Formats: sequence, structure tokens, C-alpha cells
Amino acid sequence: MLEKADQLFVLLRDWVVGFLPPGWRDAAGVVLGVIGIVAVFPGLFAITTVLERKGLGRMQNRIGPNRTGPFGILQPIADAIKSLTKEDIVPLNADAVVHFLAPVFLVVVVFMGFAVLPVGRNMVLVDMDASLLFYFAMGASTEVSIFMAGWSSRNKYSLLGAMRAVAQMISYEVPLLMSSIVVVMMTGSLSLVRIVEAQNQYTWGLPHWYIFTPWGCAAFVMYAIAATAETNRSPFDLPEGESELVAGYFTEYSGFKFALFFLGEYLGMLSISGLGTTLFLGGWSAPLAALNWVPSWIWFFSKVMLSIVVLIWVRGTLPRLRQDQLMNFAWKFVVPMTLLNLMVAALWRFLGEGWARWVVCSAILVIVYVAAGRAGMRGKHFGPRTYRYAE
Amino acid sequence: MSFVFWLLAAITVAGGLAAVLLKNLVHCALALTVVFAGLALLFLQLDAQFAGFAQILVYVGAVAILVVFAILLTRSSETPKDGGVFSRTWGAGLAISAAVFAVLGWVVLQSEAGLPREISVPNVTVLQIGNALMGRYVLPLEIVALLLTAALIGAVIVAMHEKGDAK
Repeated sequence: MLEKADQLFVLLRDWVVGFLPPGWRDAAGVVLGVIGIVAVFPGLFAITTVLERKGLGRMQNRIGPNRTGPFGILQPIADAIKSLTKEDIVPLNADAVVHFLAPVFLVVVVFMGFAVLPVGRNMVLVDMDASLLFYFAMGASTEVSIFMAGWSSRNKYSLLGAMRAVAQMISYEVPLLMSSIVVVMMTGSLSLVRIVEAQNQYTWGLPHWYIFTPWGCAAFVMYAIAATAETNRSPFDLPEGESELVAGYFTEYSGFKFALFFLGEYLGMLSISGLGTTLFLGGWSAPLAALNWVPSWIWFFSKVMLSIVVLIWVRGTLPRLRQDQLMNFAWKFVVPMTLLNLMVAALWRFLGEGWARWVVCSAILVIVYVAAGRAGMRGKHFGPRTYRYAE
Repeated sequence: MSFVFWLLAAITVAGGLAAVLLKNLVHCALALTVVFAGLALLFLQLDAQFAGFAQILVYVGAVAILVVFAILLTRSSETPKDGGVFSRTWGAGLAISAAVFAVLGWVVLQSEAGLPREISVPNVTVLQIGNALMGRYVLPLEIVALLLTAALIGAVIVAMHEKGDAK
């Protein structure tokens, strides 16, 4: 019975596909999986928008939307109707073809990323040998669409926002990949399904999630920082900072194209949270061995929504970082820490089982973090800025 | 040669033609991105997963952005060139490119005879690539790393102002 609840969607798909002749079954299965992804993740996006607006509202000591439905839960429907009925304004000098294609490209690429996330036991759309690499390839393609949006608007502020966004995304691509490489190194496979299966073991009732190891915890923190920067979320949202650049690279978009950008950005957030849960928080595995009776996909979505709540929380709390501060942080602090983390992970592997490796690895990471942080702050003089490489 | 191959080949060739025939330079760069994506899909169609994804990650994600930044920061892409996209010396260009293509085609066709006859399509996994890179080909890997470090340092030095220079 519980086994059936866990495999509910797999059994549902097999039942529907069973009605078709044998030659068509594989293709139909894939199509059903795609329909599932396209239905579920935009639904989560709708929930996320309500959570964000209410959550940010409460953190900023105001109420947030409360007119549409009880506690404003029908707000996404109101937003959808509004964006569909608004006039679609394209500037006269704008490059119409590229202007049209930019949001389309973004949404397509972000949806492709969902294809490799293992949502539950046996529930992944495409099980590839190198699925993590596919995910990062799709993530890298989002930068092209942002550039297309900023350039085609023929607007100084859009172009400036687009350049900043692309520079920030490229800079934080490196820590994102390097903190994921540690997980690949310790699992021995690039396949996300194998990574989750490697974390699905329990010692004394506690799981083997990678976040509970020293190198995994450090990698998770760096992954979280890089993920926040990759999706242009506060405190890294200078490219779309409302007080600086109007709306950055999507200033000239209105109506449905703006809604597509919004969708693409939030789906990107969901997607990267999904990858973070797969790599570090154990994907669909339960936190305690005793809780295995709860279906696996419930665990996955709970963890993803928890990550989203933390992202919203951070947005409401921290001030925005300036462009040179965030680039500084990326290249001078996070990248060396990821390299150190790689070496600490290797040390962990070769010290063998026992308590010694926990103490040694944790000590190395904590001491270097504190020392590097203090050394970095000592050289700062908070006067007028001078640039050495960008005059 | 399956239908998928012809479709991908058509997309790649169309993108390549667009990249040289379009007037607006940034459009050409975006058409080049389509070519890179088409090549990646061709790799995937041949079951070379690692090569295909690395192609997207490196070319579409980094090289295309680099090309676009270079175009934006060095010349005005607002006004397209008067007089079309063909230069005055197009005949010489055509002759040279035909000669290069002939040499490459001859080399490829000649080498096909020297390849061992495979019974089935080899299934190259990422594990094998990793083992090969760290085992047999570790020296080329280190040399390439050295080359990339030198390029990075060179780029920083070129972009940097000396401390004593007038700003």
C-alpha cells in the first residue's frame, strides 16, 4: 500500500501507457512525463509567488496581498489574467526578432533542466550517464537569453543590466560547478540518480546526506551562495535592482513576455533548489530511516520548498551587494574555498573511517574560513573606490 | 543517415550560412550560437554524451558570450556595413576556402581506410574519459592547464594599467 503510494505516478503512467500499442509506449511515457513536469513546476511557481509576496510582506512589517481569496492565495490567477491582457509594447527601434525570442529561449532552457532531476524513487524523466553535466549546460545557456533580452531592447539601462547579469552569472558559474564537483568526486558518478542512491543509506537511523559531512556542509554553503547569484536573487540582484536600473534587462518587456521572464526566473530558482536538494540534501530520501513510509516525492518537494523559503527569507533580510563587491567575493573568496574543499574531501576519503577525519576536516575548513575572512577584511579601506583593472 | 541527422545538419548549415550572410553583427553572433548548439546535438546523436554537453557548456555558455561581448565592446553594431556583406576580394577567399576544404576532405576520406573495423558502436562512458585523462593523457592535460593559466595571466596583464601610469 505504501509502496503503491510511493510509486503512484509511475504506476499511473504505466496504466495509461498500457492502453496503447507496444510500439508507442516509450514515446507516450516520455510525453506523459513531460506533461507532468509542465503541470507541476509552474504550479509550484504559482505557490512560490504567493509565498514570496506574503513572506516578504510580513518580514517588512506589512500584510502582502490579501484581496484575492483568503490570505491572497488566488493572487497568481489574478497576476496571470493581468499579464495576458496587458498590451505588448515593443520599442520602435528594438530588434523585434531577438526581442521576441529571448523569453522563449529562457523558458525552454529552464524547462530542459527539470528533465534530469530525480523527483522520487524511479521518477526521473531522463536517466543519463552525465545528467549533472547536462543540467549545467542548460544553466549556462540562460546567460545567452539574458544577453539577448538586454541587447535587443536598445535601451542603455537594459544593456547595462544585461552585462552586469551576464558577468555575475559567469563569475558564479565557477563556484557552482566546483562545489558540485566535490559531490561527484565522492560519489564517483555524474548521474544524479546514482548521487541520490548513494545518499539513501542510514547509519544509526541518520541518513548519509552529504550536507552532514564537513566537506558537504561547506560545499552546500558555497552552492547556496552561487545559486542565489546565478538566479539573480537578492542579495545579488543588482542586475534587476529596482532602485538602480528600473528593471534591468527586462525593462522593455510588458505583458506576457514579462510574465515569461518572471516564470523563467522563478523556475530557475526551483530548478537550482531541486539540484541542491539532489546533490546535498539527499534528493528523495527521508531524513530518518523510520520515516521511509512517507512517499519519496513528498520528501523531494518538501525539501525544494524549504530551500525556496530560505531564499525568500534571505531576500527579505540582507541588503544588496554592489557589483564589484560581489565579483570580488566570488573570485577572491569563494573560488579558493571551493578548491580547498576539494582537497579536504580527498583528505576525508584517504583518512579512512572513524572520528579522526571528522575532526581534521572540520578543523581545516573552519580555520581557513575564519582566517581568510579576517585577512580579507583587514585590507579594506572604505574610502572612494579605485579600480585597477577596469579604468 | 537518419532523418534526425539530416534535420540537425540542415539547422547547423543554415546557422553557419546565416552567421556569414547577415548584416547585423550581433545577429551573426547569435546565428553562431545556433551552429554551436547544432554541433552539440550532432554529438548527442552519435551517443557522445560528454562531448555534446561539454560543447554546450563551453561553446554556448562561454564562447558565444565572449564573442558577443567582444563585438559590443569593440565596434558599433548599430549601423550595418554599406555595400553588403561580401568584401571586394571574395574570389580569393572562395579559392582558399575551397582548397582548405579539399585538403580536409581528402585527409578524412584517406584516414577512414586506416581505422579498425568496429563491430558495434562503442559506448564511451564518462568514467572511461576520466580514466583516460588522468591516466594515459595526463601530460597533455597538464600542458593545456599551463597554457590556459598563461592565457589568463596574459589577459589580466593586457587589461591592467601599470600603477605609475596616468589614468
